[in-house]
Amino acid sequence: MNTSETKAKVEVRENGKMENGSYIKDGKRLDVLKTYKLYIDGKFPRTESGRYFKLDDGNGKTIASICRASRKDFRDAVVSSRKAQPDWAKRSAYNRGQILYRIAETLEGRKVQFMSNLVLAGATEEKATTEVNAAIDCCVYYAGWADKYQQIFSSVNPAEGSYFNFSYPEATGVVSAFAPEQFGLLGLISVMLPVIVGGNTCIILAAQNHSTSAIDFAEVLHASDVPGGVINILTGFRSELVAHFSSHMDVNAVIYTGNDVAEIKTIQTNSALNVKRAVFWNHSDWMDHTSHHPYLIMDLQEIKTTWHPVGI
Amino acid sequence: MANKKNKKEAKLDFQSGWTYAPAPESADHVQLKSKYDLFINGEFTEPASGKYFETINPAKETKIADIAEANSEDIDRAVKAARDAYNTTWSKISAKERGKYIYRIARIMQERARELAVIESMNGGKAIRESRDVDVPLAAAHFFYYAGWADKLDYAFPGRIAKPLGVAGQIIPWNFPLLMAAWKIAPALAAGNTVVLKPAETTPLTALKLAEIIQDADLPPGVVNIVTGAGATGAAIVNHPGIDKVAFTGSTEVGKIIQRALAGTNKKYTLELGGKAANIIFADATIDQAVEGIINGIFFNQGHVCCAGSRLFVQEPVADIVIRKLKDRLETLIIGDPLDKNTDIGAINSKEQLNKIKKMVKIGVDEGGTCYQSSCAVPSKGFWFRPTLFTDVAQSSRIVQEEIFGPVLSIQTFRTVEEVIEKANNTPYGLSGGVWTDKGSKIFKVSSKLKAGVVWANTYNKFDPTSPFGGYKESGMGREGGLHGLHPYVKLN
Repeated sequence: MNTSETKAKVEVRENGKMENGSYIKDGKRLDVLKTYKLYIDGKFPRTESGRYFKLDDGNGKTIASICRASRKDFRDAVVSSRKAQPDWAKRSAYNRGQILYRIAETLEGRKVQFMSNLVLAGATEEKATTEVNAAIDCCVYYAGWADKYQQIFSSVNPAEGSYFNFSYPEATGVVSAFAPEQFGLLGLISVMLPVIVGGNTCIILAAQNHSTSAIDFAEVLHASDVPGGVINILTGFRSELVAHFSSHMDVNAVIYTGNDVAEIKTIQTNSALNVKRAVFWNHSDWMDHTSHHPYLIMDLQEIKTTWHPVGI
Repeated sequence: MANKKNKKEAKLDFQSGWTYAPAPESADHVQLKSKYDLFINGEFTEPASGKYFETINPAKETKIADIAEANSEDIDRAVKAARDAYNTTWSKISAKERGKYIYRIARIMQERARELAVIESMNGGKAIRESRDVDVPLAAAHFFYYAGWADKLDYAFPGRIAKPLGVAGQIIPWNFPLLMAAWKIAPALAAGNTVVLKPAETTPLTALKLAEIIQDADLPPGVVNIVTGAGATGAAIVNHPGIDKVAFTGSTEVGKIIQRALAGTNKKYTLELGGKAANIIFADATIDQAVEGIINGIFFNQGHVCCAGSRLFVQEPVADIVIRKLKDRLETLIIGDPLDKNTDIGAINSKEQLNKIKKMVKIGVDEGGTCYQSSCAVPSKGFWFRPTLFTDVAQSSRIVQEEIFGPVLSIQTFRTVEEVIEKANNTPYGLSGGVWTDKGSKIFKVSSKLKAGVVWANTYNKFDPTSPFGGYKESGMGREGGLHGLHPYVKLN
């Protein structure tokens, strides 16, 4: 099923008339509009600030009121991510892989919803289809990495003397991230998955124009056994959250995907507060398969070397 | 009564029965100039300012040599030399030849190992046993290891082609002067970068001897430049627009200043910063072996070690016996002439550092800690600090939270594995940790939960060129050593 078929089935009715107790407008029944909220700690709270911004369809028509997340929302999300991180990292790689694969399965079943989101945000139907397909495939791609990057980036070190030692990657911890402005669904997923597949938890700010896709995607996560707190999704203004995302003392790394020079400098400066890892992924085209690779996973990993004497 | 008797028997007394005859390493073979210039573009050249500062022997407070102070004009010259060398020679010669140059450095270092060790002890105050057996051999091994990588980079990063970054600006500390120079220079050169390196203000001599080795190895001029000076010289390197990458080892405080200074630039950086490692000893550990490891963990190199095991956690059932054995062992440590082969603990690196250690110990006492120090005599001249233990300290004590960088161990107790992991990780640092137990499964549980880049199980303070080293959290980012240590010096295409 695709969106054009869906549209074709809509019966055109006469405007401004009562019909079976409904007032007909634009030839359609009255839609049930969705209240878009944040996704924090596996729940969907409104922003504590009570603020919102309007998302329109490009023609001045309001699609939704979107939560304008505050510093407090972000701080709540960090608490949730910190709490969730040890358990998430402790799960077996196989389990994390299955959960990422489950995201692909759930998303596959809700393709139409995401395609229409992207179309509403300005994409052509063809582009929307390609992007949603690529997003699903991206989930499968990183699901596969869950139990493989460790072997590629680990080493047994031929140290001198009677010692055995080995080095392997471990999650950096709690990561804050900005989803790219382009590719509302694929961009979000492409940034989120290399972070969580390696055992990190994250707080990610949706691209402002794609807030509906991001929060709808939170429902996919919610239905895919991703534990609460592993991924927190906020909507709001990047310009007012950049400073908080990069200065929080309990965030270990921050990922930025834009190219605003002033924002980059703010992030780099604030990162020095707690020696935060400032990571910049500036791919212009997230559709390109070379934009997805395990070195992104490694940007959010620490190498641990463990030594033990050899003897009796 | 039986218990009391045992205690008496267990007491180690190496002092009253006999005395150690002095066993000084001779220094007459050492070739040192009275004045050292800046090593730029393959030559020793005078600093633009004409200024020199004294470098001293901290065990005697006597001057060894005058050292040139580089200013921003000198740094500019050094960076230009490094850039020219990068463009004209180092990025042009074959990887195999590049490797051969680095092998040469390693071999000449081995030939001059004794001289380097003596100078390291004279200038830095560390015991000759350590500079001879640890610092110098490891430094040479580091060059030997990375030399071999030069023509094998195609195999290092799967799916990627590794390219050098360009000119690396490197700033190193005073605790392992030659070894840190090797950690910085060897991987940078192997990956095809050229280097401007600044040794620490108090310990420039072995880096300058390394400059002579690099000259004798016939490296193309400008591939390695060694410039001396203090903080301002370091800042000039960090801020120079011609630097592509900054590598820093030192305090977390300065590391943060550097990270901030680099904001808004495209320079890459790696930081190897401070630590406050937990050394955890479980009741089932082999106690005598563990006590020896704890002593080595904190008193190695006078405690001037970023990964020093400065927080000891002892499981309650063995706390009394461990503390008693530590005190006994403390009494047997020989503190004194760094050039004496019997010396365990040498001189504190500088007066400034000595004052910092004294200040922190005073804070420890003021905050209610119980301080125990070795009763050993210390020389009248020079900078010395007796090995020190603290009990009755809390997680919140400043001497438990802050890096002292001296021979001061704080001791806390714990009951359960979960409790000690919580306590061990309750610090902004995350460089290293130690676990002592005879149970393998416990080692894996604890070592995997410690948020630290290096974990030593039933050993401590072991280093090797093949083994990545570096911190989590505020202990820095990036790794040095091993395959992982190449990554900070390449871009991946």
